[in-house]
Amino acid sequence: MAEQFAALVIVVPLIASLFVPLIGWWKKELCYPWVVAVLVVPLISSLGVLNTVMTTGKFSYRLGGWAPPWGIEYMLDHLSAFVLVIVSFISLIVAIYAKKSVEDELPEKTVPFYTLFLLLVTGLLGIVITGDVFNLFVFLEISALSCYALIAIGEEGAPIAAFNYIIIGTIGACFYLLGVGYLYIATGSLNMADLANILPDLYHSKVILIAFAFFTVGVAVKAGLFPLHVWLPDAYCTAPSAVSALIAPLMTKVAAYVMIRVMFTVFQPHFSVDIVPVFAILGWLAVFAIFFGGIKALAQTDLKRMLVYIVVAEVGYIVIGVSVANRMGLTGAVLHIMNDAVMMACLFLVVGAIFYKTGTRDIHQLRYLNKKMPFTMAAFTITALSMVGIPPACGFFSKWYLILGSIEAGQWVWAATLLCSSLINAVLFFRVIECAYFKPMEPAYAHDGGTHEEIQRDEAPLTMLVPIVIMAAGVILLGLFSGNIISSVIQFAVPASF
Amino acid sequence: MDVLYSSRPLWAVLVSMIAAFLILATGERNRNLRESWTILAALAKFLIVFSMIPVILQGKVIEYTIVTFYPGLLLQFRIDAFGMLFGVIASSLWIATSFYSIGYVRGLNEHAQTRYFFAFAMCLSSTIGIAFSANLLTFLVFYEILTIATYPLVIHKESKEGIIGGRKYLVYTLTAGCVLLFAIAMIYHMTGTLDFKAGGFLEGSGSSSVLIMLFAMLIFGFGVKAGLMPMHEWLPTAMVAPTPVSALLHAVAVVKAGVFGCLRVILYVFGPTLLHDLGIWLIMAYIASFTVVVAGFLALGQDHLKRRLAFSTINNLALIVVGAVLLTKSSMTGGIIHMANHAFMKITLFFCAGALHVKMHKDYVSQLDGIGRQMPLTMGAFALAAIGLSGIPPMSGFISKWFLCLGALEANQIIFLFVFLTSAMLDVAFFFPIIYNSFFKKPMDDVATHFDEAPMLMVIPLVITALFTIIFGIVPDAFFRFFSITSLAVQNIMGVG
Repeated sequence: MAEQFAALVIVVPLIASLFVPLIGWWKKELCYPWVVAVLVVPLISSLGVLNTVMTTGKFSYRLGGWAPPWGIEYMLDHLSAFVLVIVSFISLIVAIYAKKSVEDELPEKTVPFYTLFLLLVTGLLGIVITGDVFNLFVFLEISALSCYALIAIGEEGAPIAAFNYIIIGTIGACFYLLGVGYLYIATGSLNMADLANILPDLYHSKVILIAFAFFTVGVAVKAGLFPLHVWLPDAYCTAPSAVSALIAPLMTKVAAYVMIRVMFTVFQPHFSVDIVPVFAILGWLAVFAIFFGGIKALAQTDLKRMLVYIVVAEVGYIVIGVSVANRMGLTGAVLHIMNDAVMMACLFLVVGAIFYKTGTRDIHQLRYLNKKMPFTMAAFTITALSMVGIPPACGFFSKWYLILGSIEAGQWVWAATLLCSSLINAVLFFRVIECAYFKPMEPAYAHDGGTHEEIQRDEAPLTMLVPIVIMAAGVILLGLFSGNIISSVIQFAVPASF
Repeated sequence: MDVLYSSRPLWAVLVSMIAAFLILATGERNRNLRESWTILAALAKFLIVFSMIPVILQGKVIEYTIVTFYPGLLLQFRIDAFGMLFGVIASSLWIATSFYSIGYVRGLNEHAQTRYFFAFAMCLSSTIGIAFSANLLTFLVFYEILTIATYPLVIHKESKEGIIGGRKYLVYTLTAGCVLLFAIAMIYHMTGTLDFKAGGFLEGSGSSSVLIMLFAMLIFGFGVKAGLMPMHEWLPTAMVAPTPVSALLHAVAVVKAGVFGCLRVILYVFGPTLLHDLGIWLIMAYIASFTVVVAGFLALGQDHLKRRLAFSTINNLALIVVGAVLLTKSSMTGGIIHMANHAFMKITLFFCAGALHVKMHKDYVSQLDGIGRQMPLTMGAFALAAIGLSGIPPMSGFISKWFLCLGALEANQIIFLFVFLTSAMLDVAFFFPIIYNSFFKKPMDDVATHFDEAPMLMVIPLVITALFTIIFGIVPDAFFRFFSITSLAVQNIMGVG
């Protein structure tokens, strides 16, 4: 049964996406239920996969029955099953949310939107599930191409942002592909498990070193790691709300997943740690990413642009966790992939809802928003506190493990960076909270309880509100249950040699 | 030590959290129902806490594990004598404050009352969580929740002043939280455990320079909330909050949480032996003494009544820290019991300040001439509490001062005896003019000469807390068994005997 699940994860959304134009041609409004219904399948399947992995350990699925290393193999271990669940869950939530937002922002383009949406999700799921480095490239391109198109249909300035992204994203993909090519020349294999067996003998070959360098740069571009993030802010900010809510939490996280895969599965941890000093470089870049993202975010008055720069900073968190290269740090990194995906999804959903209702994203115009949209703002506040690292929300726990990892590695500056980042986040989010909840009242209204202008409640529609509330609840629950998640999944996802 | 496993600590924390959400759900529509949630939760919480006192006095601890994150890393409650003391103080005074709050916000027809009561209930939950936490992680979790839950109360007025006060509060406390997080992570890295242990658990776990750095970080982190100088600046600014907030939070819950944290670090993380070996106890005592004296002098200069009380709070909190860090039996007893005594006295003083504000809209010391004739109950209570804080018998403040002074002698540090005495003099200097002016000076024009008190919902609580300060002076062990609990805590720390 589990094997079928693994196939369904990819096949269903891929084929279903081809039907979207047909359905849209017949009846436009059927696209939405179709997409939501379709996305339930990968979620259930990946939960099935995770369950199997947890009970019986990792397994692989041979696509078309071809034996590896020639055929394509899907590799399902704790790490990939875990990320699969995250990706499929968040894409389902965003799909539910997309209805009103898309009708509002892209009334003419709902059919192409849903088609590309499914393709993008397919690509992301494929990247995670595949055990073949070339197949990973294919999925990388599927997700990237659909992502370019989705961004380009956004607001003013989106085509240029998308064009920038195409150029840089393609360069990144090329680097990755070159890495694959070099590996293939040296080993004759593309299968990750196979490569992992062959490579240790070749670790001192120049070809392998260069391949590794190509991989690292290519993935860093895709993950938007400073200083290769330049495409990210514009692209994510100008994209339609529903698109931002999908790509901001997932694209960079999936790239981070690829980074962990390449560095700790394809190459052995001891290669990435001892033979090349890659983590020293990446770790320090992450420090810059965190400060750069944080400081740029401080300068923004557009809420969405602020969040986009926070995405840049959050990538730094995960990279620090990878770079300390010990059990605690990597636990934190994997945990943060999940936590950050949930938090970012929630924040971007909220911003989309605010934009849908008020037509603005300017922080200073959010006054009385707590009265107009109490639930949305409550969700925002919970997530914001989690970003600041207030327990028991989930953000605290990933930060905790990342800091423990940095201490264990003796990287004091990295630990200090993580702490400073909490404070920067505090300033960022309390600025918004202050504007929405406590903007100074007119003196005349200050002391006559409740008689000032009556502010009508004007909450976002249910299809938007329910996903937002689910994500906000997730922020708290994932925090409280982080211990269970770590002991049952993440501790097996971390390479055993740590 | 006998361990009793029970979910009562959890309920003590949860009851006000549940009430908070009921308050939010009820909202403005039905004010009486909303307020009854507060009262019910306060009573329930107190009863739960109170019911655990006998168990603690038998020398047992009560333990409850909420969730385990990682080996050695868990959210856990464990009530020992010291935690019990803080829990009883906070939960008993919450009852008084609940009634008083209702009188206060209704008397002033405040805005955003739902938010106010919601945040208040959340604060109490986290305070009790702090009191009962078994390890540094649990402590940190509730400490941070407390920070956030207090924020809406500090900026309740939504005026420019309030917002600035709130920002300052957040900058100080969140920075402190980060430093704490780092220090706690370090400790976990070094020892693999974070459990509080009477007498400390850090001995022999690292080089002395690392330990000294950790001590500095932890004291910084908790000292911010405790208003230790030079990290005290937020406290007077936060006095823009409504008076019940200042009363319960800035005299009892929040700042006491800070002091409680400092004492946990001194006595339960590092422990007397280690602090002696490292030789930092004396430095710490000097730093805290500096705060005692300077805050006393600063209080003299304040005309705003609540600011004066705020500096007096800083002064008294530092006294508690000095008592603990002198590391003798008597000084610890004095410091710990002063947590309770100071709480009752200071809350009375703040209640009085609030009553003056509601009834007369007077906030400044210089406006109080002759007000004792109009509001004899309020000012009488004020006088009792002020005399108590100055350490004059038979008020409860005398008991704590007595033990503190004994402790200074036991530690062979005469200089601290002078610190305590100077502090007592300063207390007299900045409180007695208020008493004198309000009773013996000619009334100001806007003061009535006949009896005209603040609302009874405010006066009754403050009279009751004032009476307690006398009762605890004469029978320190009355009702809440503060003295027995304190001696038990000290016994645990010093080992048997």
